[in-house]
Amino acid sequence: MDALNVYAAKLAPQQESLAPGHRACQGCAELLAVRLVAKTLGQDFIIANATGCLEIVTSSYPHSAWKVPWIHVAFENAAAVASGVEAGIKILKKKGKYPVDRDIKIIAQAGDGGTVDIGLQALSGALERGHDFMYICYDNEAYMNTGIQRSSSTPYGASTTTSPAGTESIGQVTMKKNVVEIAAAHDIPYVATASPSYPFDLMEKVRKGAEAKGPAYIHVLAPCPTGWRLAPNLALSIGRLAVETKVFPLYEIENGKYRMTVSYKNHRPVIDYLKPQGRFRHLKEDNIEFIQQYVDASYERLLKKIEMSEG
Amino acid sequence: MAKKIGIEVSLAISEAVKLADVDAIAAYPITPQTHIVEHLSELVADGDLNAEFIPVESEHSAMSVCAGTSAAGARTYTATSSQGLALMNEILFIIPALRLPVVMTLANRSLSGPISIWNDHSDLMSVRDTGWISIFAENGQEAFDLTLQSFKIAEDHRVMLPINVNIDGFTLSHVIEPHEFLSQEEVDSFLPPYDPPLQLNPDKPVSMGMVGIPEIYFEAKKAQDVALIESKAVIKEVFQEFGEKFGRTYNVIESYRAEDAETLLLTMGSIGETAMEAIDIMKDEQGKKVGLLRLRLWRPFPVDELRELVKGIKTLAVIDRAVSFGGTGAPVGGEIRSALYSTEDRPYVASFIAGLGGRDVTIKDFMDMVNLAEKMETEQEVHEYKMIGVRE
Ligand SMILES: Cc1ncc(C[n+]2csc(CCOP(=O)(O)OP(=O)(O)O)c2C)c(N)n1
Ligand code: SF4
Ligand SMILES: [Mg+2]
Repeated sequence: MDALNVYAAKLAPQQESLAPGHRACQGCAELLAVRLVAKTLGQDFIIANATGCLEIVTSSYPHSAWKVPWIHVAFENAAAVASGVEAGIKILKKKGKYPVDRDIKIIAQAGDGGTVDIGLQALSGALERGHDFMYICYDNEAYMNTGIQRSSSTPYGASTTTSPAGTESIGQVTMKKNVVEIAAAHDIPYVATASPSYPFDLMEKVRKGAEAKGPAYIHVLAPCPTGWRLAPNLALSIGRLAVETKVFPLYEIENGKYRMTVSYKNHRPVIDYLKPQGRFRHLKEDNIEFIQQYVDASYERLLKKIEMSEG
Repeated sequence: MAKKIGIEVSLAISEAVKLADVDAIAAYPITPQTHIVEHLSELVADGDLNAEFIPVESEHSAMSVCAGTSAAGARTYTATSSQGLALMNEILFIIPALRLPVVMTLANRSLSGPISIWNDHSDLMSVRDTGWISIFAENGQEAFDLTLQSFKIAEDHRVMLPINVNIDGFTLSHVIEPHEFLSQEEVDSFLPPYDPPLQLNPDKPVSMGMVGIPEIYFEAKKAQDVALIESKAVIKEVFQEFGEKFGRTYNVIESYRAEDAETLLLTMGSIGETAMEAIDIMKDEQGKKVGLLRLRLWRPFPVDELRELVKGIKTLAVIDRAVSFGGTGAPVGGEIRSALYSTEDRPYVASFIAGLGGRDVTIKDFMDMVNLAEKMETEQEVHEYKMIGVRE
């Protein structure tokens, strides 16, 4: 599988529901991930999009990058709007009033801010109500659209415009909120983490999430060269480093069962992941050691969950 | 003619929603709206209404779900009050901009703080400029009839705008009144199924809610304003058709015993019923030249009709149920002053605020306001607004 991931471009489906010509920054891995999701889903899906980079760069009237039905209402309510679209189509089909009788996937998509902060309530409501939809969070670890402010998904030590590193601060002082586990706590059929640096793993998870009956949640780490102060050509390799250093493990929770979907025998030290990114430039050796310990401990906890759900 | 059924007004509204064969309802409970949505969820649970009832986790999500169901092409209904409406505020602006014909009952209740569950119009006034059509019902029959008519108005392709139907919390929502219901056949002959001009459908993909760059935002807003102003003609057309079919005709401003009047009271909502009693007493027992206007349509504001109705009137006493803190008039009073400013021989406009947070407005209060307004007119008193029935 890992070997195949290298040949992604050639092996991915030809169909494109996200048109080229959108306005994302050079090297934006978020849009790459979205393109892979769209390729996997084909034509029969509808998107409810939260405000944020993804919405802004794909929908500047009169130029829409979307070849599938798409609706944007506000920042914090993608899950609620998707709930409505799902419920609306369900009842119209039941009453014989919807013009299409094929299976149509409903997708909510939002950034980390629109998911883990301001959109968390709407997300929880939609997951709890059990709508048949898939929520995809494109996590670039800050509010990028408004100028790189911190979110609760920003990792410890990252400098952002509202958690700037300074003489009295190392930048973000809190740990990244684990919204994957929060989603899983709703006992929904499918939860996964994914990365555009592992395209086949990502596409397989999107397929599974779309096939699940009920809510699915996929959390995509989306490297953002602009916000991470990273050379645009490094976005995909930094995504791989996030996995190789255990910072962002790729796993899934299918009907409560945990499974690591990409694993390495030997992991690299976190410094390999932190070093190329300007947002961590200021970190000192002891900060990095602290992060290493935290990453190791989190990874161990995840391994225990996997072990337990196998047992 | 069907016989009258005594039923709580909230339940009558739910029956109208059922007769409209609504497809989707998303709502969150808040007093005094609760009985409406409770009854609707019962109707769905019992199979009497074939609809999706989406029990959301907040009003913000209620209105967001409504955006989704309506964009999918489903006939969509919700109801709220006060804090719930305030929490929806952000999305209320977006619904008309997306041209989604959501129908909402607003059981009017005062806004916190202090927290109060009782009636006034501060909730509606806080969302005045969101671009919804706003209609007032004064009694249960009107609430039933106007709910049905609202779907027809909102979904008319010339309109495609959301509507809030206002009923006073408790004083109207919770009272039992006689209602003349319409049969399903009658409703079907009046209200066609919703035929969405655009919907979320993979065979005909559309993008809704795109970014409005400066080159387009202004034009989009102008188009929305034109649509709201022009909806008045359709509203009148639907009122007319309903009247011809079922014998109950509605007007954008209702006029009560206003012929030969020199002083007119102007009310919005159920206090109009008490005001009518006051007018009867003043006319029949005191020989006063008074009359009453009841504003039914708040948005789009019926400017032409108002100007016509106040021709030759000396004094107009406008009674508001909300405050525009530190403003130049109460919401309705100030609006009416500016509507009449450019007309010749305009009446003197006295702007009163009464009945905040459930304070009763009595027959005597109306008589006092008439007398006070006439005195103010004689003295040409300059004022912004006066509060009536409040302890100093
Ligand atoms: C209610 C509300 N608050 C704030 C904003 C401003 N705002 C728009 S997008 C955004 C940040 C988006 O961050 P995220 O969800 O992480 O998406 P990204 O742009 O990073 O992809 C903010 C704060 C808004 N549009 N609405
Ligand atoms: S700011 Fe980041 S996430 Fe947004 S478009 Fe640019 S690279 Fe992509
Ligand atoms: Mg972000």
